Amino acid sequence: MSITTFIIVSVVKSLAVIVVLLTAVAYSVWLERKVSGHIQNRWGPTRVGPFGLLQPLADGAKFILKEDLTPPHVYKPLYLAAPIIAVVFAISSIAVIPFGNELTIGSISTPFQIAPDLNIGLLIILGITSVGVYGVALAGWSSNSKYSLLGGLRASAQMISYEVSLGLSLIPVLIKSGSFSLRAIVESQQHGHWNFLDYRFPFGFIAFFIYLISAYAETNRTPFDLPEAESELVAGYHTEYSAMKFAMFFMAEYANMVTVACLATILFFGGWLGPVFGREGSILAMVLPIVWFCLKVFFFMFLYVWVRWTLPRFRYDQLMAFGWKVLLPLSIANIVVTALVVAI
Amino acid sequence: MFHLILFLFFGAICVAGAINLLVQRHPINSALSLVVVMASLAGEYLLLGAEFVAAIQVIVYAGAIMVLFIFVIMLLNAGEEERSQGSRVAILLGVPGLVIGAVLVAWILLEHSSTEPVSIGALPGPPIEIARLLFHEFLLPFEITSVLILIAIMGAVVLASRPEAIVRRHRAEPAQPETKELIAAGKER
Repeated sequence: MSITTFIIVSVVKSLAVIVVLLTAVAYSVWLERKVSGHIQNRWGPTRVGPFGLLQPLADGAKFILKEDLTPPHVYKPLYLAAPIIAVVFAISSIAVIPFGNELTIGSISTPFQIAPDLNIGLLIILGITSVGVYGVALAGWSSNSKYSLLGGLRASAQMISYEVSLGLSLIPVLIKSGSFSLRAIVESQQHGHWNFLDYRFPFGFIAFFIYLISAYAETNRTPFDLPEAESELVAGYHTEYSAMKFAMFFMAEYANMVTVACLATILFFGGWLGPVFGREGSILAMVLPIVWFCLKVFFFMFLYVWVRWTLPRFRYDQLMAFGWKVLLPLSIANIVVTALVVAI
Repeated sequence: MFHLILFLFFGAICVAGAINLLVQRHPINSALSLVVVMASLAGEYLLLGAEFVAAIQVIVYAGAIMVLFIFVIMLLNAGEEERSQGSRVAILLGVPGLVIGAVLVAWILLEHSSTEPVSIGALPGPPIEIARLLFHEFLLPFEITSVLILIAIMGAVVLASRPEAIVRRHRAEPAQPETKELIAAGKER
């Protein structure tokens, strides 16, 4: 492939993935409102478009047209930088995620993934998400308000604590697949049950639940949404933000949820592998993997919403005790047992 | 060629961040410039072909240690520093030290290094190779480092929870029933 086609293909892929991701982010807000409505015996949004489907567009227009207030007492450079940091890191981690096999049009063949498949793909995602904490922490600090500061403090403490067990829960998967490359991890799960849910590897399930719980804490979702607990902190770290800057924090939160859902799909549920494949080389063989991938990611997004409107919030001391005294020892024990089983 | 330009670019950012770290008066600005230094160092590692080290640099330094720094600055609500006149000892010892260090580094670079560029992925990358390096060739340094970290953790625990200090603080005040329990708990520990 010549360098010009490479650049054109990369730009097209990046644009397509970012557009899809932002649409997914907007519609997961719609999904959240709709599902929460039905859980609480309401209808959710119904007025804008059929089933309220155009509600995200209306919300976007509202966010853009609203007055953008900057309170006079904030530390301006960081106050302006914080939402940008949050959104940039939330969106950029999608670059390493593979969502299908290979796309072949004529003589050009390219994998369904923006970045080339480096053998540190998983570590890059971990790095980007761990740097994403700065958005929240700096927003809390630079707003110069006690609610924001407390929200930012809670967020950074919670993210540091749960990142440990999140990282450790991935190690059994690495032991089994022997690679940091997300493509290799997916391929190592082939020939499981329906090409996912590998029942011969029971410790994967424990790792999966540890991953899921710590990922909920990492993305500040209920039952771990203490950084923005409305009943105590007004809105937490984004109390002082309005209009599009507030919307950017929202986008970052939902984009992080999408990333976490993608990663759960790739690491534990066989990524784009599914029970039915197309014939080798046919269009179906290119499209079906993406369908499987999207279905799995959608399931995890739905699970997020479902959990949010089912479980109450933790108390702060319970949150810390659970992270350090339950999840961390459990994940370490899981690593030791997995390593033993694999070695035997 | 492209590699070299990127390498110089990240190097320039790294040095600029380090200078900014010293010049800034507010601790949070200094901490953020240190994040920039760490991130650009990760870029340098990546260009040197050590992508594993680059990823770990971002995760550990930029993602964990510097977040803790910022957390502490936020928690203590540290304000702007005042500018001092600077110490004479620092100038007397620091300037010659800097010159000697620069000369040494330049000499080592000129004598003992090749200018051959390394491609990304040329150095060990898969976890199996890294594990083999850590647990076979560099086993002793690896274990000694872990003991060092253990000692540091124990030191932090000892400094953070001195039972006598708790007891003394509570003796000064009229003890409530709850604080008595606290003292007993402190003694047990």
